[in-house]
Amino acid sequence: MSASIERMSQRRRVVMRIAAKDLRIEIRSRIIANQVLPFAGLVLVLFAFALDVESVMNRVAPGLVWLAAVFSLFFLVQRSYALETADGALDALRVSGVDLGAVFLGKALALMVQLFVLVVLLAAGAVLLYRAEIRSEGVVLLVTTVILATAGMSAVGTLYGGLSAGAKGRETLLPLLLTPVVAPVLIAAARATEAALGTAGTATGDGWPWVGLLGTFAVVFGVVGTVAFGPLIEE
Amino acid sequence: MHPAVEVHDAVAVLGGFPALAGADLTVARHEILLVRGPNGAGKTTLLRVLAGLVPLSRGRAEVLGFDVTTQRPDVRARVGLLGHANGLYGELTVRENVEFWAAAVGASGSETDAVLRRFALSGRLADIHAHRLSAGQRRRTALACLMARRAEVWLLDEPHAGLDATGRDDLDQALVEARDAGATILVASHELERAGRLATREVEVVGGVVRPIS
Repeated sequence: MSASIERMSQRRRVVMRIAAKDLRIEIRSRIIANQVLPFAGLVLVLFAFALDVESVMNRVAPGLVWLAAVFSLFFLVQRSYALETADGALDALRVSGVDLGAVFLGKALALMVQLFVLVVLLAAGAVLLYRAEIRSEGVVLLVTTVILATAGMSAVGTLYGGLSAGAKGRETLLPLLLTPVVAPVLIAAARATEAALGTAGTATGDGWPWVGLLGTFAVVFGVVGTVAFGPLIEE
Repeated sequence: MHPAVEVHDAVAVLGGFPALAGADLTVARHEILLVRGPNGAGKTTLLRVLAGLVPLSRGRAEVLGFDVTTQRPDVRARVGLLGHANGLYGELTVRENVEFWAAAVGASGSETDAVLRRFALSGRLADIHAHRLSAGQRRRTALACLMARRAEVWLLDEPHAGLDATGRDDLDQALVEARDAGATILVASHELERAGRLATREVEVVGGVVRPIS
């Protein structure tokens, strides 16, 4: 029993250390603030120019926000693993005997925080560009959607990022692997967000089944990632 | 007490080629062992077997009494492998890199300070980002990280490569410090004169077999 508690405590320590390390590096390097966020913002702006009809923009705003988030996820995941492979830190982690399941959770947590901030800023952009309106009765649904969707995207992104980290052509391989897997999150998050905003007369209650799907996705990939990350990295 | 390293009749096959072909080796605790030999002889494979990175197809290898095949997590918690890369995070300072590894194994802040002092990395140097360090300073920081995470057996593959004369002197000093602090060190190197001065014993790997050098 005490060995189990000790193991849990050690895992928690590694998770927090890895997450804090990734976030500290991001705050210092400002890659997301200076490169990823402007890119995601440009995607929204270009869609606004391309559609250019207010009623259409209002209708598709939730989907476009999440599409921009998925595009940004590719960069965030690649950045997350570039930190680990630039000077062989991932190999050092592997050889050190550190719990690789905890490394997965720590990296996914850091990714989720970054993605959450990005999506909140994108949502603010959508309000400005697409005239999307956030209703008071949809706020809880919207916040839950953002939390669960970013958790699911982070879990699957961290897992597939680890899978492609040592591969040749990983920059192009990652989007190819990740896009089909993350598609359910994109769809569910867009539908739930539409319900939260009341897009095209959708009721708030219609969003909760999609939230259930997002939660299931996040839990499944969180568990699968924690278990499979170590063997994947070893291979 | 178990020796630091014990290898018996070890065979490791890489890409159909026996990189280790029946290697035998015993290393006592607190030794600095120079592993010499031509390129492709099996030096790196020997170190990677001991780190649990290359599986054995025959024979056995133990580190501090733990079998590298059946007790890999126990082995990895005790060995540190340093190859051509340093395993550092460039955006973190020297202190933060060392703290990161120390914290991963639950070491205290005072232990980190002691490690930084031992490797002459305290003071102003501790607050410099790793990507701004010289090659020698980066190597020293990597060794400090090994000590911070309490590695007891250090496996160093060409540690002098890419260092200037000062960096090599610094590295040698760091290795002596590590040995004095209780580490056992295996150094695979072509720097025979320099590493030979440092080593307490030498062996040669030829064709995947370890031979003693008297």
